[in-house]
Amino acid sequence: MSHEGAAVTAAPAHAEVTRRARSRRVTPRQDGPWRQRLEITLFVTPALTLMALFVVWPIASAVRMSFYRWKGFGPMDDFVGWRNYDRVLTDEVFTDAVVHNFTIVVLSILVQLPLGLAVALLLNRKIRFRGLLRTIVFVPYVVAEVIAGVIWFQLLQPESGVVDGLISGVGLTPPEQGFLGTPNLALWTVFAVLTWKYLGLAILLFMAGLQSVPDELYEAAQLDGASWWQTQRRIAIPLLGPTIRTWAFLSMIGSIQLFDMVWILTGGGPANATTTMATYLINQGTQRHNYGIAGAASVVLFVIGFVMALAYQMLVLRRDTQTER
Amino acid sequence: MRRKTRSAAFAVLAVGAMLIASACGSDSDGDSSSKGGDTTITWWHNSNNEPGKGYYEQVAKDFEADHPGVKIEISAMAHEDMVDKLAASFQSGDLPDIYMERGGGELADHVEAGLVRDISDDASEEIDKIGGSVAGWQVDGKTYALPFSLGVVGFWYNTDLFDKAGITETPTTMSDLYDTIAKLKAADITPISVGAGDKWPAAHYWYYTALRSCSEDVLKGAVTSLDFSDPCFVKAGEVVEDLLKTEPFNPGFLSTPAQEGATSASGLLATGKVAMEMQGHWEPGVMQGLTDNGQGLGDKTGWFPFPAVEDGAGDPAAQLGGGDAWAVSEGAPDEAVEFVKYLLSDDVQIGFAENDMGLPTNPAASGSVSDPALAGLLEVRDAAPFVQLYFDTAFGESVGGAMNDEIALLFAGKASPQDVVDATQQAAADQG
Repeated sequence: MSHEGAAVTAAPAHAEVTRRARSRRVTPRQDGPWRQRLEITLFVTPALTLMALFVVWPIASAVRMSFYRWKGFGPMDDFVGWRNYDRVLTDEVFTDAVVHNFTIVVLSILVQLPLGLAVALLLNRKIRFRGLLRTIVFVPYVVAEVIAGVIWFQLLQPESGVVDGLISGVGLTPPEQGFLGTPNLALWTVFAVLTWKYLGLAILLFMAGLQSVPDELYEAAQLDGASWWQTQRRIAIPLLGPTIRTWAFLSMIGSIQLFDMVWILTGGGPANATTTMATYLINQGTQRHNYGIAGAASVVLFVIGFVMALAYQMLVLRRDTQTER
Repeated sequence: MRRKTRSAAFAVLAVGAMLIASACGSDSDGDSSSKGGDTTITWWHNSNNEPGKGYYEQVAKDFEADHPGVKIEISAMAHEDMVDKLAASFQSGDLPDIYMERGGGELADHVEAGLVRDISDDASEEIDKIGGSVAGWQVDGKTYALPFSLGVVGFWYNTDLFDKAGITETPTTMSDLYDTIAKLKAADITPISVGAGDKWPAAHYWYYTALRSCSEDVLKGAVTSLDFSDPCFVKAGEVVEDLLKTEPFNPGFLSTPAQEGATSASGLLATGKVAMEMQGHWEPGVMQGLTDNGQGLGDKTGWFPFPAVEDGAGDPAAQLGGGDAWAVSEGAPDEAVEFVKYLLSDDVQIGFAENDMGLPTNPAASGSVSDPALAGLLEVRDAAPFVQLYFDTAFGESVGGAMNDEIALLFAGKASPQDVVDATQQAAADQG
């Protein structure tokens, strides 16, 4: 705007336009802070209200509940301090549940990552029936969790179930008490069903990630004489890094909160072999009416999930989010 | 700019969600209120199928005709729905005037929270008539609800499969039971199904062995003092272990549900996959719902009480059971108490029995139960010196739940008889 005066003398018509343009641009800037604040308040309030109502308030009330002994009705006035936390953290069933949760976290990444990656790379090649195969792989993820759970529960029935039938059909002996009824097998069985259910998501994400790898890189590598395996190993997988890290994050959070599938397949049994933190707190709360203990367990679950999410964001996802900005 | 569109989208979403939320939350208005001399009584029950539903509507109409100005608002719900809604009502303190109580520790908690009305004096006549069965609904000598249906737990069995295995008499002692199990296994029949996945069906075995091992005095003392130091409670677990050693249960029983679907414990009995199952008086109805023809086991249904435990101090005629009672919430109008008394009257209870809605507690209706298996069960119940309320109900969810969890571990071979006693004692101590 330094040569504005010259413009006015040289071409008044043009100056008129500039001025109008300027004034139009300036006017909002004068009462801008106010309007902007009003806009922000107007648009954000409903979201904040909902968040306060459905996120902040429940968390606060769970924290409050965790310091009381409360049966779910009547006044909440029996303050017990940290006792509920003491009982949760010294309860073998809960500590075992934490172990189960982390077993699922580790197993998911160890098994589903290589498996998902392999299938994604294969399905990314030009093969026959690719579209059909992609659909088949993704179908389990689309099936509602409860329906999938009930179906697997029936398939895994001892003796009468399809799985036992197949196993004895090939001449092996299925476990006498069934896969879900044998304490040593139950957690592995639940994990197998979870893998069946969630592998599709991993594959879908990885394939989407592969789409963003530029063809030129493959071509350049091929010109340099790289084999198929080498291009995957040196180009596709490294460029999939952000996708893999995001998937791992989702998988971890899902495993920490694991509830529905376990609840349907085993209810945490047999002999507490498949309890997770979530089934523990539901059992303590809605079934035993120890709402204080359930509150304490939910706070512990929240803290574990929160710390893990934060740590992962800071340590692993940081460079991905930075490059995005 | 991108930010703004996003928050605008959020706002739209939020407003939409709020509209839906408000639309859903506007129709709940179950308050009892007196408008200009008229009294409205709200009544929740779980007989949501015919003939029960229609019968109760008729009963309410008859009562309204006799009591001008009184209106009874009925909510007939599926059992699980009712339990959930009641739990929410106890939290908010906004209870229906008449609702169902299962008695025991649960009731004691509700009484302590000041939610239930004491009807000892108002309904003294009915309490006398019902007799000892009312004990499960008394706290500190005061009565808070009138049981209208009281059943006992026992073995339901398939008479065909028993014949096939050459069993002519139902077992009366534990060693008889072991013989029966051996005979069934020899005939390649799975003897017993149990829904240990739901825990309480497994726990019932321990309750019964405790009932047979402990004297009445010890049991009565334990229910009030929550002191389980008597060695008979350990013996109860040992008897269960002996039973487990005969491997009588269906494969995978540790994860078998009680009564959901054809592969549940009740489903296995209903479809002829096992010879027997220990369950409550509701079993025939459950089995009917689990078979395609709606017949359950039909005329192959047999019933026998839990056998005696050799050298146990308990009375072999004592039974384990429980039932449902009508309770009146604190602050409900007096007419609600009148209506509950009417529900326990000879006429209403006879109709209740004739419709096979349960096992009536009013002795006048005992002869009206038409189902032969249920009639046999009723005889056993009425001959019992006392009916012990299910321990988990008697002790309340907190202690009862801990006990059931530990008994389920006993079934899995992961806990000893002593562990069961210790875990229960610990839960009782934590509660106190």
